Amino acid sequence: MKYISEFRDGDVAQRLSEAIHRETRPERAYHFMEFCGGHTHAISRYGLTDLLPSNVKMIHGPGCPVCVLPIGRVDQAIRLALEEEVILCTYGDCLRVPASNGLSLMKAKAQGGDIRMVYSSTDAVTLAQKNPDKHVVFFAIGFETTTPPTAVALKQAAMLGLKNFSVLCCHVLTPPAMTAILDAPEKIAIDGFVGPAHVSTIIGSRPYEIFADQYGKPVVIAGFEPLDVMQAIRMLIHQVNEGRSEVENEFTRAVDRDGNRKAQGIVAEVLELRDEFEWRGLGTLAHSALKIRDEFAEFDAEKRFDIAYVAVADHKACECGTILRGLKQPQECKLFGTVCTPENPIGSCMVSSEGACAAHFTYGRLKDV
Amino acid sequence: MSDHRQGYIRPLDLKNGRVEMAHGAGGRAMAQLIEALFIKHLANDYLAQGDDGALLESLTGQGRLVMATDCHVVSPLFFPGGDIGSLSVHGTINDVAVMGAKPLYLAAGFILEEGFPLGDLARIVESMAQAAKNAGVPMVTGDTKVVERGKGDGVFITTTGVGIVAPGDELSGRNAQAGDAILLSGTLGDHGMAIMAERESLGFESPIISDSAALHGLIAVMRDSGARLHVLRDPTRGGLATTLNEIARQSGVGMLLQESAIPVKPAVAAACEFLGFDPLYVANEGKLLAICPAADAPLLLAAMRAHPLGTDAAIIGEVQADPHAFVQMRTCLGGRRMVDWLSGEQLPRIC
Repeated sequence: MKYISEFRDGDVAQRLSEAIHRETRPERAYHFMEFCGGHTHAISRYGLTDLLPSNVKMIHGPGCPVCVLPIGRVDQAIRLALEEEVILCTYGDCLRVPASNGLSLMKAKAQGGDIRMVYSSTDAVTLAQKNPDKHVVFFAIGFETTTPPTAVALKQAAMLGLKNFSVLCCHVLTPPAMTAILDAPEKIAIDGFVGPAHVSTIIGSRPYEIFADQYGKPVVIAGFEPLDVMQAIRMLIHQVNEGRSEVENEFTRAVDRDGNRKAQGIVAEVLELRDEFEWRGLGTLAHSALKIRDEFAEFDAEKRFDIAYVAVADHKACECGTILRGLKQPQECKLFGTVCTPENPIGSCMVSSEGACAAHFTYGRLKDV
Repeated sequence: MSDHRQGYIRPLDLKNGRVEMAHGAGGRAMAQLIEALFIKHLANDYLAQGDDGALLESLTGQGRLVMATDCHVVSPLFFPGGDIGSLSVHGTINDVAVMGAKPLYLAAGFILEEGFPLGDLARIVESMAQAAKNAGVPMVTGDTKVVERGKGDGVFITTTGVGIVAPGDELSGRNAQAGDAILLSGTLGDHGMAIMAERESLGFESPIISDSAALHGLIAVMRDSGARLHVLRDPTRGGLATTLNEIARQSGVGMLLQESAIPVKPAVAAACEFLGFDPLYVANEGKLLAICPAADAPLLLAAMRAHPLGTDAAIIGEVQADPHAFVQMRTCLGGRRMVDWLSGEQLPRIC
């Protein structure tokens, strides 16, 4: 398949692996965080750690949209479905995120909630048009990649004059999460970041310059294909070896410094910064998420329905928080693979295939035995 | 479920739990439902065999009986390459045939919804008749029920098949041995992605056609090749990955696949990429997985490739000794990873 098979070529991977082995200095360790769940998935899915020297360690970051969704947000969506009896639609991964009272959207669906999976935000608008006697809420989650489609759906709904459509907006931002990890009191050794792929197509590479300039951390933006990830790791090793900290771009086929100005414009028109937002694992972060502007208030599910946000603590033994901050590996959690499995996830990291725990359980746990 | 898996699974919550779509997806949740509910309460030696059909005693002294049953709830009812009628014939014939048996008779149960167009029902029944005729297996009895509008979804069909297996030809998922070769009769994911493309009205340049087919003819030539067969299975719901995990569990062995050897049509690979599916987990309705001694693999492969339903057959991996019964894969990049059971639900109502 053109544009994909080239980036999964085994021979190229072997040559890259040999180069990385050659260029890595044996006397030191390299700790790199891949921010995105897409990278976590690629690393696990293709067994990339087998191709890296043992002193190059990858730390899974918090860039998995459903992983950072706190219980309270899923609770809001469930209340909309079960109490307000709306048609609640969202992206597939969201359906299994554990919420309060042993529920998830999937379980709420089995209890009679009208909960549907959609592939795009515009499908949600179509659903509202087709069901004029029901209210349709789109549970909008994700980083900067999925934000423009939500903004487009809101604009569409306004243009169509829909009275039965609203959005529960839980969109979050990447740079504040990276800042939170670097500013955390419990410091972790990070020598550099494999920077986001799809997020960077929207925001460009400029927003990461602060991490290179002020924190001294190299950032290499990488695509989600396995060779992209390997090449980015190699570029990070070069930066570390040469004592540089710069933002470099491996994903030049899709990312530039400024990003997608048009998408940024649409988002700015419809959404604005929240004062603060609670993340799973990272706590409440200032200016880290988006809300719907007052001009579009009639499409804001939080304003239309009585669903005030209530913060709910994670399961006591669940290590999702420390895993999302890069402090622990999935297999270090007591619940991993015993109480918490992809079938019955206790924490959000066990839900999406991009979550660190699900990726390790599904692809990597053979290496634990 | 063997002991080493137990630790990974929480018990069914019979007090507050509800049936979820995942319980029908063919993955781990369904395996648990079957194990913890159906097998627990209906326990007998035949059910305990754990295969797609049951190997029964001989009634005539001329080989043992095999019986298999399969429900069909596919949506849409008509799809490129088939419909619920032909699918319900092929699915059950295949479940009988992979037990090593010659399929002899079929029975069908219909649940029809009030208001369903009779013309559509006629198309379905004609398609069933044609499929049964082509396969040489008559539909000998059936039952029909109608439910009120809104209580069904058009047509649900359950078919049951009976066959007879020649002495010594019995097959089971329990027979895989370390050192065996794993063969696949053709490309993965054609059925699942044909349904998905139809359901989502995705207009791909080259249309994806379901592989729905009866496999007993292919199995017969594999038998005739003289290769010793240990296991046959048709990887339907849950895909190849789930089928291999079932066999690994039943036989108490591990497996190592070579990703680069697994055939997938470019259009299916593209559709999977586009929709975020992994072909290893997508349903097939006309593919055969065969496990045989490594020494016999070239002979078996040649026989499969000589049959129209096996032209893309390939040796995709090997059976290994492994107390954890892990199915592993050497990826196209050269790394090693697990190929786990299907988790959750990939595509509802695929068959």
